[in-house]
Amino acid sequence: MEHITLLLAIVVVTALVFDFTNGFHDTANAMATTISTGALKPKTAVAMSAVLNLVGAFLSVEVAKTISGGIINENGLRTEVIFAALVGAILWNLLTWLVGLPSSSSHALFGGLIGAAVMSAGWSSINGGTVVTKVLLPAIAAPFVAGVAALLATKLTYRINRKITDEAQLKSTAKGYRAGQIASAGLVSLAHGTNDAQKTMGIITLALVTGGVLAPGSNPPVWVIASAGLAIAMGTYLGGWRIIRTMGSGLTDLKPPQGFAAQTSAATVILASSHLGFSLSTTQSCSGAVMGAGLGRQGGVVRWSTATRMFVAWGLTLPAAGLVGAGAEFLTKQGPWGVAVVAVLLVAGSGAIWLLSRRKPVDHTNVTEPEPAGVVTTAIAAVSPPPVGVNVPELKTTIPAPVPAPDAPADPPARPATV
Amino acid sequence: MNIDWAALASVFGVSLVVTVALVGLFSLGIVGLAKQASATTSGSPVRARAGAYACFALCAAAVGYGIYLIVA
Repeated sequence: MEHITLLLAIVVVTALVFDFTNGFHDTANAMATTISTGALKPKTAVAMSAVLNLVGAFLSVEVAKTISGGIINENGLRTEVIFAALVGAILWNLLTWLVGLPSSSSHALFGGLIGAAVMSAGWSSINGGTVVTKVLLPAIAAPFVAGVAALLATKLTYRINRKITDEAQLKSTAKGYRAGQIASAGLVSLAHGTNDAQKTMGIITLALVTGGVLAPGSNPPVWVIASAGLAIAMGTYLGGWRIIRTMGSGLTDLKPPQGFAAQTSAATVILASSHLGFSLSTTQSCSGAVMGAGLGRQGGVVRWSTATRMFVAWGLTLPAAGLVGAGAEFLTKQGPWGVAVVAVLLVAGSGAIWLLSRRKPVDHTNVTEPEPAGVVTTAIAAVSPPPVGVNVPELKTTIPAPVPAPDAPADPPARPATV
Repeated sequence: MNIDWAALASVFGVSLVVTVALVGLFSLGIVGLAKQASATTSGSPVRARAGAYACFALCAAAVGYGIYLIVA
């Protein structure tokens, strides 16, 4: 650990902060549906996810060879550029968390890298084709693939269950589905720890290599692996409750069979995509799976206003993180005082977002309560048409007749009975 | 720009088949157990239980394979 300059130390700390935001941003992927269907208590769910993320961080020794997957030319990447990229990614992660929208942490990192690299070395440092194949196309494909799989799986499970009508049997099957859901959620957590903690390890290792501390091509030191694993686990345990609420009960109302179908679809898509060579975002797969499961139940309704906000956030992730990354790189280019200014701005920005979040805190106690209509929600609800809901009574459960206005928190019967 | 449509298609196909198969199996297992528990249906409860456990075993195998994929 010798010869670590101040700049390098700042980059390492910032990378760990990004890892931390990545953890609490993505808790929802594994645990949102598990919490909303009541399979696990909120605190238990995040604790389990945190442990599995930590385990996942240590599982694989295969370090991501490139942190950006070829989107930018990483040769001669300066340490300041990595720092600027991380600042963009962290601020976007915090902002989307504040408004409770699931968005891909990897895309935020890519955006930050693109912005910082362009500001540093011009447009030629970006591989435009790779941006399309690695970011844009997967963003469209992931929710579609996971959604269709979850939709069909939900339809199938309700079909198999159609003869189960008496109360005792319904209770028994719901218990079974909750158990199955915990297993799927565990797989998602484990895969997340392996992938995303690795990403941070890759960044820190790259920074150490560019800083001349490590020889090129070396594996991350143990302290890097341990700290990255701990940062993502702590972030996960803190729980991004705002995003969990959106994913677990904001997009649609999930019953245990749907939650199981959604989580299984997400786990399958994530594992299949990372092993068949077409990487799909965890967040986008999970959101798609939740929506697919919502549509698969007869009478199920997806709240398209919330979904639209989420899609908008996905579209904005790359340019927004890129702009912040570019701005940060513009400042760091000015010399050491620029780096200091960016560091101060990062702390101030994060602090401001945290203070804003304290106004209407969401934590494990109110995570399953309906989302109050915020300013953005009401504005969008005013301009977007109401969702077309088909209200067909399914099985023996009653479906509330009128479709509520988008995001209207009223209509208590529609809530899943979460205790 | 080189979009790997074959990889995308195989991700789609594999995800679809595996998800539906797993959820279907698990549902069959759960429904089998539920029916057997209430014991009002005709047919041997032992066989229903064995079938249900076979379904769960297949699901557990799939989870095991998933863990193997993550570790490997």
